Amino acid sequence: MNYIMIPSLMIGGLGLAYGLVLAFASKKFHVEVNPKIDEIIEILPNVNCGACGSAGCAGYAEAVVNGEVPINLCAPGGVNTVKKIAEILGIEATVKEKEIAFILCQSGGNDNTLKRYDYQGISTCKAAVLVSNGPNYCNFGCVFQNDCIAACKFDALKLDERGMRVVNPDKCTGCGACAKACPRGLIKILPISKRVHILCSSHDKGQEAKKRCGNNTACIGCTMCVKKCPVDAITMQDDLAVIDYKKCISCGQCALVCPTKAIYDQLAGQRKKAFILEDHCIGCTICARNCPVQAITGEVKKPHTVDPEICIGCGICIQKCPVKAIQWK
Amino acid sequence: MNIFALSVSAILVNNFILSRIMGLCPYIGVSKKLDSAFGMGMAVIFVMTLASTITWIIQHYLLVPFNIGYLQTIAFILTIASLVQFVEMVIQKMAPALYKSLGVYLPLITTNCAVLGVSIININDGLSFIESVLNGFLGGVGFTLVLIIMAGLRERLEKAEIPEHMQGMPIAFILAGSMALAFLGFSGLKI
Repeated sequence: MNYIMIPSLMIGGLGLAYGLVLAFASKKFHVEVNPKIDEIIEILPNVNCGACGSAGCAGYAEAVVNGEVPINLCAPGGVNTVKKIAEILGIEATVKEKEIAFILCQSGGNDNTLKRYDYQGISTCKAAVLVSNGPNYCNFGCVFQNDCIAACKFDALKLDERGMRVVNPDKCTGCGACAKACPRGLIKILPISKRVHILCSSHDKGQEAKKRCGNNTACIGCTMCVKKCPVDAITMQDDLAVIDYKKCISCGQCALVCPTKAIYDQLAGQRKKAFILEDHCIGCTICARNCPVQAITGEVKKPHTVDPEICIGCGICIQKCPVKAIQWK
Repeated sequence: MNIFALSVSAILVNNFILSRIMGLCPYIGVSKKLDSAFGMGMAVIFVMTLASTITWIIQHYLLVPFNIGYLQTIAFILTIASLVQFVEMVIQKMAPALYKSLGVYLPLITTNCAVLGVSIININDGLSFIESVLNGFLGGVGFTLVLIIMAGLRERLEKAEIPEHMQGMPIAFILAGSMALAFLGFSGLKI
């Protein structure tokens, strides 16, 4: 009997003694910590993967509560975790808008490229641009060796049947690897909500640019788009029109006036017009004052109307209306 | 056994990492930066000294009198784990600055085999109480020494031009092997 009793009593007693000491110590030496830290630890996946850069989930939780690190670093937790952390901390979740790659050149395919010579060297763009400034006639355009496709880790860039590189917006993560790989700098990482793009990067002057472009869609620097833009988002930079995407409202007016179709509007023909609900309108004139094309008319304190002929569907009035009286139609 | 012989033996000849091959996890894991290697080393010295002390008492006043020496391993692990927990709580309350610098390393040491190793070696070698405490402390010093050398080397390696496939872990392992070879030279010391 002693063979069992003594060891089990010993070890059991040892465990009990240690347990009691620890229990006593946890009361006696209790340190108040911010209760938010514990709450956040519970929300986090607790896999301690270290993707956030902190030492484990507990370390990240503490750093977040102390405001040392951003709240959106937890990769396994994803968007939901960010939202919950934001709730606990009482701050707004800043989930970034998705950005994807846009290729600002419409040339480089099988049938739309003017070639200076037949390039048979190492098949990378970096090597191709070094041989008398690239095989294509345009000094700024795509040299079709597909460095961007090789750089993409997400299989988001593909060649279409014409030999053009196409970005799959669902697969693209906006990591920017292709933009870095392109020796001509034709790829820009832009918010997915921006729908109008100037698909030319040629700084050649008017006729020259047009002559060199195999697709005949070069920016010739005519400044029509600059004049037409209702929000002054387009500027000329060395004979090339460039959109300031902070100002751009994707209204598509520039695409309509571009004589060479260098500007591509993804929403062309799909834009809706603004429509004012007369019952709701209080006649504050805010919409009329903000309309970039003066499509809204009406007297003060009386319901306003939108002229659908003039309206360009930019949506500014819908954002500005204080009583939500304007809708898409 | 004099103190000098004990020191040389514990720090160099029978170094925990390089000749006893114990505690390899922190040796590879916490040796990327000199600061954290130093913090880890200090924590290990602290815990090894305390563990040697307590386990010697447990062995000689509980296990031996009751003839239950075969429960040594489980009793020691229980002791070390509780001890580290207790120490962590006390430090957190009494010395927040020290707690911050030891930080995450304290709980990591709970399950470090070097700590259990030094306790069992103390008993197996038949060391006296004072010698056990010293052996624990010096073992920790040896551990820290190797960890700091490794961290220093790896910090320099960061800036070295290493072939891509050798960067990170592979070169660290090769480094660990070379260091073990170098320390093998100490085993010929006659004290």
